[in-house]
Amino acid sequence: MIGIEHYVVVSSILFVLGVLGIFLNRKNVIVILMAIELILLAVNINLVAFSAFLGDLTGQIFAMFVLTVAAGEAAIGLAILVIYFRGRGTIAVDDIHRMRG
Amino acid sequence: MNDFSQSLQLIAAEEILTVVGLVLLVVAAWAGDKASRAISIAAVAALAACAFIAAPTLCQGLVGPERVAFFGQYSADAFSAFAKLLIYAAGGAALIVAPSFFGRVAAIRAEYPILILFAVLGMNMMVSATDFLSLYIGLELNSLAAYVLAAFLRTDERSAEAGLKYFVLGALASGIILFGMSLTYGFAGTTSFAGVNAALSGDLSTGALFGLIFVLAGLAFKISAVPFHMWTPDVYEGAPTPVTTFFATAPKVAALALTMRVALGAFGSQVDAWQQIVIFVSLASIIVGALGAIGQSNIKRLLAYSSINNIGFLLIGLAAATPEGAAAMLVYLAIYVAMSVAGFVVVLMLRDAEGNPVEAIADMAGLSRTRPALAWALAAVMFSLAGIPPLFGFWGKFVVFQAAVNADLIALAAIGIAASVIGAFYYLKVVKIAFFDEPAGVVSESGESGVDAAAHKVLLLVSCLFISPLGYLLTPWLGDLAQKAAAALLFVG
Repeated sequence: MIGIEHYVVVSSILFVLGVLGIFLNRKNVIVILMAIELILLAVNINLVAFSAFLGDLTGQIFAMFVLTVAAGEAAIGLAILVIYFRGRGTIAVDDIHRMRG
Repeated sequence: MNDFSQSLQLIAAEEILTVVGLVLLVVAAWAGDKASRAISIAAVAALAACAFIAAPTLCQGLVGPERVAFFGQYSADAFSAFAKLLIYAAGGAALIVAPSFFGRVAAIRAEYPILILFAVLGMNMMVSATDFLSLYIGLELNSLAAYVLAAFLRTDERSAEAGLKYFVLGALASGIILFGMSLTYGFAGTTSFAGVNAALSGDLSTGALFGLIFVLAGLAFKISAVPFHMWTPDVYEGAPTPVTTFFATAPKVAALALTMRVALGAFGSQVDAWQQIVIFVSLASIIVGALGAIGQSNIKRLLAYSSINNIGFLLIGLAAATPEGAAAMLVYLAIYVAMSVAGFVVVLMLRDAEGNPVEAIADMAGLSRTRPALAWALAAVMFSLAGIPPLFGFWGKFVVFQAAVNADLIALAAIGIAASVIGAFYYLKVVKIAFFDEPAGVVSESGESGVDAAAHKVLLLVSCLFISPLGYLLTPWLGDLAQKAAAALLFVG
């Protein structure tokens, strides 16, 4: 029988993967955008699982809002990435260090 | 409980911002960038109209069920009105200083005032939210506008890089807050602050503790408190200076007001669980902010570390977890906004002979001989940020330390005072360079003229008068308003 704890474990694993994806990835900024999506989807699993477990609709409504905002966030992230690429000609994570100090 | 039409009346300010923002967006699409000045003026007018809505709420100290809109999602009380007035002031300042800066690099665009309006709308929702759902929407509305603003100078590599860094770390912070909210929802069974407060009273389960920690960690990102501060110097340096002026003031007020509402409202029944964390974060911010600023050669980076340092002092008031501490934080926030606006207006007014912005601290050498008025304003800001009496910055620090001592956090107050001495070192170094070094001959000796330059001067004069010793005349009034706001924050009914 799959219980609430299984869902929470899965979503926690996804969340940790997303955070590691942001910090360990040294290659490409697009991967960071994917990692951010992973974090938001981990949250959605949590919200929907708790919603079903508690018999309370709030969590599912919350998940719809999160999905909508995630779409807007990805759009803005890609737009910023495009202007960054136009200026620098690269989107490798290691090259993002014009400012240091 | 208010019905739908009453709720719509309570959020009048947010409606004005939404409608004006959308109408101006259409105007901008129609008339193009040559209408940007008219759009800026309309945006400032909208902010002023919203301020007139918020002011009576604050002065009358309104709070209670009749101020709650949309079935507990939203509270238009005196606390949110206090934060909103500061946000409007900061947003207005960011609009006023923009045309001159962007006009010079021929990058003046009509979207700038509109993005500021939407960011202010998001911040309004943040400070009024009494439910995790409305909190999240407000936070994202603010953040999405802010990412675009950071990358606003599209042809400037530093600006694009600042936007990218701000986006990645801001999105991560939102994800962390969201994960914390989902856990809190699961263990409390509700997303409203009052409901979470009631559900978590008593022993805290491990899951709910994780939720609390994740939410506070994400909020620490947004207020740039140590150990989540690393994005701040890069974003402050890379973003166009009017945008930095905005970032240093309005989102700080909003995120800190939000932190107060979450910590003292939603998690108000679990003060013991977060008090130690806030004490640690506060001391770490004060020390890292002070030490990090020492080696900086760019004035915007220096002001970034200074804001980290100030956030540390503000969090001392939160660690006290008393109404007095909350009121002290609000007083400090008002003074902090004035200091930051004055500081960045000085930076904006520093130009070389060709009109390019001057950001290196070494280039300010001998400013007292070339631009005496500007040098004195810089000195006032630096002394005020360092908290040296008789300037008004001292009063902000004094009230938070007093609140900490009254809450039996004497060790915290003592370490905080000792660490503020480190901070004084680099503030005084800037003053020394401006007053006692040989002129570097970089900063143009003649000031600008015209409407924009006059607006800068008025803004600088008003904020400098506020942080000057004359500001102490306002202390009874400011203290009274802060107490009303704090009472509204901790209202239980």
